[in-house]
Amino acid sequence: MAEVLTLHPGPLPVGPIGRRGLGWWGVGTLVASEAALFGYLLFSYFYTGATAPPGWMLEPRPVLKLALPNTILLLASSVIAWYGEHGVLDRKPAQALIGFGGAFLMACLFAAVQVLEWYAKPFHMGTSSYGSLYFVTTGFHMAHVVVGIAVLGVIFIWTALDYFSPRRNLSVSAGVLYWHFVDIVWLFIFASFYISPYLGFGR
Amino acid sequence: MNRADDRAPALGTVSPGLEHRLHELWEGEGGLKGFLSTVDHKKIGLRYIVTAFTFLLLGGIEALIMRLQLAGPNAHLLSPEQYDQLFSTHGMTMIFLYASPILSGFSNYLWPLILGTRDMAFPRVNALSYWIYLASGIFLYVGFLTGNGPNDGWFNYVPYALRDFNPGMNQDFYSLGMVLLGTSTTVGAANFIVTAMRTRAPGMSINRAPMLLWGTLTANVANLLVVPAVSLAFFLLWLDRQFGTHFFDVRAEGQPLLWQHLFWIFGHPWVYAIVLPAMAFVSDALPVFCRRPLVGYPLVALSTVATMVLGFGVWVHHMFATGLPALGMSFFSAASIAIVVPSSVTIFSWLATIWHGRPVVTTAFMFFASTIILFVIGGVSGFMTASVPVDWQLTDTYFVVAHLHYVLIGINLFPVLGAIYFWFPKMTGRLLDERLGRWNFWLIFIGFNLAFLPMHLTGLFGMPRRVYTYGPDMGWNTLNLITSVGSFVIAIGVVLLLVNVVKSRRSGALAGPNPWGAHTLEWSIPSPPPPYNFALIPAVASRHPLWEAELHEEVRSSLDRGLMLDKGKETLGTTPLDALPDMILRMPEDTVAPFVLTLGLALLFTGMILKVWLLMLAGALVLTASLLVWLWPRRELREREPAHG
Amino acid sequence: MIGSTPLGYLQAAGERAHAILALTWFTLAVSILVCVVIAVLLWRAVTRARAHGGAAETRAVPVERGPKALRWIGVGVSISAVPLIITLIWTMVTLAATSGPPPDTHLTLDVTGHQWWWEVHYDAAQPDQSFTTANEIHIPVNTRVLVRLRGADVIHSFWVPKLAGKTDTIPGQTNLAWLQASAAGRYLGQCTEYCGWQHAHMALEVVAESPQDFQRWRAQQLQPAQTPTAPTAQHGLQVVEFRCGLCHQVRGTLAASHVGPDLTHLMSRHMIASGMLPNTAGALSGWIEAAQGIKPGSQMPDQNLSAEELSDVVAYLETLQ
Ligand code: HEA
Ligand code: HEA
Ligand code: HEC
Ligand code: CUA
Ligand SMILES: [Cu+2]
Repeated sequence: MAEVLTLHPGPLPVGPIGRRGLGWWGVGTLVASEAALFGYLLFSYFYTGATAPPGWMLEPRPVLKLALPNTILLLASSVIAWYGEHGVLDRKPAQALIGFGGAFLMACLFAAVQVLEWYAKPFHMGTSSYGSLYFVTTGFHMAHVVVGIAVLGVIFIWTALDYFSPRRNLSVSAGVLYWHFVDIVWLFIFASFYISPYLGFGR
Repeated sequence: MNRADDRAPALGTVSPGLEHRLHELWEGEGGLKGFLSTVDHKKIGLRYIVTAFTFLLLGGIEALIMRLQLAGPNAHLLSPEQYDQLFSTHGMTMIFLYASPILSGFSNYLWPLILGTRDMAFPRVNALSYWIYLASGIFLYVGFLTGNGPNDGWFNYVPYALRDFNPGMNQDFYSLGMVLLGTSTTVGAANFIVTAMRTRAPGMSINRAPMLLWGTLTANVANLLVVPAVSLAFFLLWLDRQFGTHFFDVRAEGQPLLWQHLFWIFGHPWVYAIVLPAMAFVSDALPVFCRRPLVGYPLVALSTVATMVLGFGVWVHHMFATGLPALGMSFFSAASIAIVVPSSVTIFSWLATIWHGRPVVTTAFMFFASTIILFVIGGVSGFMTASVPVDWQLTDTYFVVAHLHYVLIGINLFPVLGAIYFWFPKMTGRLLDERLGRWNFWLIFIGFNLAFLPMHLTGLFGMPRRVYTYGPDMGWNTLNLITSVGSFVIAIGVVLLLVNVVKSRRSGALAGPNPWGAHTLEWSIPSPPPPYNFALIPAVASRHPLWEAELHEEVRSSLDRGLMLDKGKETLGTTPLDALPDMILRMPEDTVAPFVLTLGLALLFTGMILKVWLLMLAGALVLTASLLVWLWPRRELREREPAHG
Repeated sequence: MIGSTPLGYLQAAGERAHAILALTWFTLAVSILVCVVIAVLLWRAVTRARAHGGAAETRAVPVERGPKALRWIGVGVSISAVPLIITLIWTMVTLAATSGPPPDTHLTLDVTGHQWWWEVHYDAAQPDQSFTTANEIHIPVNTRVLVRLRGADVIHSFWVPKLAGKTDTIPGQTNLAWLQASAAGRYLGQCTEYCGWQHAHMALEVVAESPQDFQRWRAQQLQPAQTPTAPTAQHGLQVVEFRCGLCHQVRGTLAASHVGPDLTHLMSRHMIASGMLPNTAGALSGWIEAAQGIKPGSQMPDQNLSAEELSDVVAYLETLQ
């Protein structure tokens, strides 16, 4: 006689515990898809650049005066957000609020500087395909920054309302993961539009 | 850490009390509110199926009108403009609004049932993806019905799609509609992936999952990664048309070929994504009628994945005539030839399953078995176009049209029709009529081959595709007439199917839980399934839980005793590969948030197409508000600590 | 049957098409064979069926494990691999032989796809040896001709099936193709990339002729248009210069625009309007009056000439030998 598979799970958590929840997977898939989106944007940039006539790059030596500090600011905001996340994990509400609040402000500052950066460009979206690629790629990124600002803000409020604990914090880790993603993507954009021209691709 | 609310789920057997409690928990509201707020995967799945089938009928009617025009030379039924919108809308409808959503519908309906769980991982996202699909379908058809349908073929090459050459609103509707639809597909894909990885019944390790899991999962991983390419392409097109960018405009150093790359980087994986789940129908259901397990399950599963992986690397075979360097093309040619191998694994597995089984010829079986030969006919024509020089002659002639219909109808529509015959009893509790079924099958099968087999010759005789008419001396007259006749024979078959569905829903034979003596979990529960699917979460010991006695398995699945999980709207979360119990999932209640969010999106897109900023703003506000409500951490879902806040 | 298909490519009349045709037949034969074999296997497998019927009949047949039968997959894949590998190698060889410009071309053409006609420019070292015509390409037999392809507006595709496969004409880039005809004759070509309303009517013709005939034709094309002698034709010339010159060129007259086809030697062409109409006086006057009725959407507007003007214009056009 064949035996029947028995099943006796011990105590299981109810609902998401830490990152162990479906929501975290959900944000993971979202991030994968968004990463693909930016991949295609950068593909468009390199493809158009590779097939374009010389002189295509309107700014062969992009000015880094604003962009570089701004990049550092953005990366720092990621660290701060991570610091905030650990505030939640270690049950240190003040640290959490400083982290999310700080990241929120830094993100806003990044967005503001990026707007200045846009105004400082000697070309615009309609100048040529280069201009279109630059503005639309950084524009897509800006849209994500705006969403990220909203996410950080909401997490800040929720933390202030004392919603989370070291055990229940899925919304926090998901939001912070998203913010890390926005920052990492910027690194790729920055490397493509600001750094790679210096390697001599600027022609 | 506070582990106070951890709980060991209770084991039990079915009792009326349990069923009653679950009913209370899972039964949604009725009425309009219930209609708009339901998150039940079965209702959503059926909606998907019905909506997609409606689009099949619309696309079919468009095709029939085209076939009237093409039945003879120099016909004047349609103006060139009407014809262009018809064939483009036909392609758009069939590929985007029928072929993919119909499979999402079946997978939506079936997945929790075959996986032994109570709903999809994200029920609300599920509702959202349906509503957005519906909204984008309506959006696109509003365009078509106001004379603004797509008019540049389904793949919509630039520069013809740019405003200089295409000043109407056609391309704006198409672009924005596709971006909207892309959202639906993407969130749907995320939902499928997480459902597959985290909610399978305990014991259903990944190598015990039904093939439908492999097919749909593979397809949706692909969707997740490639849909952004086409959404982006269409968005850039819209910017070029409306906001003066120059992505595709050569006069400002834009690149027309960029469109083609972005489109086909999406397009080729996509054509596999719209057949792999359907092929999985065959892999799961054919064995039922052959009364034996599928031959070579691991190989078929692997070849599903391999097809997709290779499928990412063949997109350039749609661009062989664009003057790319020969060396580059030879790589894509080789990859396209190589992709025949995984497909052939599946074909031979199916053949062997029939040969070494004891086949019972039912209508469903006939649809599934004929898929094999139709796939081969469609596949070998793909094999021919995969050779670059041969493709230089074949491309953009009716030979390619024949190829795409053989694969699309052969391995999408035929398995879908088989699936309707096979799963209709599960969905409605009644069997479809077999006698009507035979007529239905033979009309569609004969009509289809009559229409599309000669089309290969039409192509070899040089008829270009997308021509609204042709001269009388080209040697195509008879062939085209035959094709047109064949397409009307198909249509009669389709009408019979509709008759059968309507009739059998009312008076078909009662099915009982497992009319076909099938092997997967969905057949262990009543037809139609109760709102909670499984009163007890089963434990799965093999690939065919319902055939274990016949197959003399050493270890048997536990179907009569299982986890009750009746302390709330709950189901079990399991680990990704081995499906060991991992957590208890709290499932969300019905909510109108997805519907409202879709309204917001619809408003936003209406604003975009009309360029009314106020509408866009209103849409964005509704969207943000509903997202906020949606994502606000809930106590019931344990998204926040009950003791807190 | 095949003989009566002007665009059919199961017949080849030039090197390039020949090289492809052999491979086409091979893959076609493999394909048909595969279909037949699978169909037979499937038919045999199904006709061994134990039962016909519905749900009850299905349930009545007991489930058995059956043989593993993995050998089917092994054998099937192995056998399939053989034609696949042959095709792969053959493809590479043919690709190398047919792609890219051949080393020894004796004639270079610039062909530009327009909505919905073909501009054909014969290139030459000395500018006065080059000329432009439309829709009808003359080439000497047994000579390899390099074709540089450009797109003027949208993407079109250049295809003369009996001589060579397709190459797209894409705005912003120049694609290369080459043609060679082994026998004299008229070979039909057609645009095969969807390019708008009149994509269906964007044909062209390649006329392969003996080198002597070709030289005669070429010399003729190099001439400017003759000044008409008949008064009707003279009046026609005035109208053409005044009206048609907005878009057309007639070398040697004031009509010198490049929006539409060059009409200098219109009468040397077999067909007009990209293969839509025969080049007869009746068709010409019909076309000039009602191009939009004949070819809706065409870039040539209806001309609304008076009856007299029309017949004079046609009389003049008929002098453009
Ligand atoms: C529905 C899904 C689907 C599927 C599954 C396929 C399958 C394949 N397709 Fe197809 N294809 C389309 C949908 C699909 N296609 C569409 C919609 C278009 C047109 C788009 C448009 O232009 O509008 C297209 C166009 C298309 C082209 C471009 C043609 C052109 O425009 O010039 C090419 C070129 O290589 C191609 C190749 C292939 C190949 C090699 C396969 C292979 O996967 C097939 C493999 C299967 C088999 C070969 C059968 C089984 C094998 C055996 C039994 C073994 C023995 C066989 C041999 C030895 C050959 N396809
Ligand atoms: C799943 C995909 C799918 C399906 C099922 C079909 C189905 C059919 N297609 Fe389609 N077709 C495409 C996908 C598909 N097609 C694509 C992608 C293209 C390329 C487009 C492009 O070039 O951009 C194309 C192009 C295409 C062309 C080429 C046009 C051209 O290049 O100029 C033709 C021409 O014959 C054609 C014909 C048909 C016919 C006769 C059917 C028949 O099978 C249809 C049979 C009829 C029905 C199924 C409907 C029956 C309806 C009724 C009976 C009405 C009942 C009504 C009520 C109850 C209200 N199709
Ligand atoms: C606004 C531009 C325009 C004007 C004005 C115009 N044409 Fe045309 N014509 C075209 C274009 C463009 C074509 C190619 C149309 C096609 O085949 O789709 C054409 C084609 C023709 C052809 C066919 C040429 C061939 O080889 O196929 C003839 C003949 C012709 N035009 C004659 C005339 C005459 C005569 C007039 C004046 C009375 C005239 N056209 C005025 C634009 C113009
Ligand atoms: Cu030009 Cu089609
Ligand atoms: Cu493809």
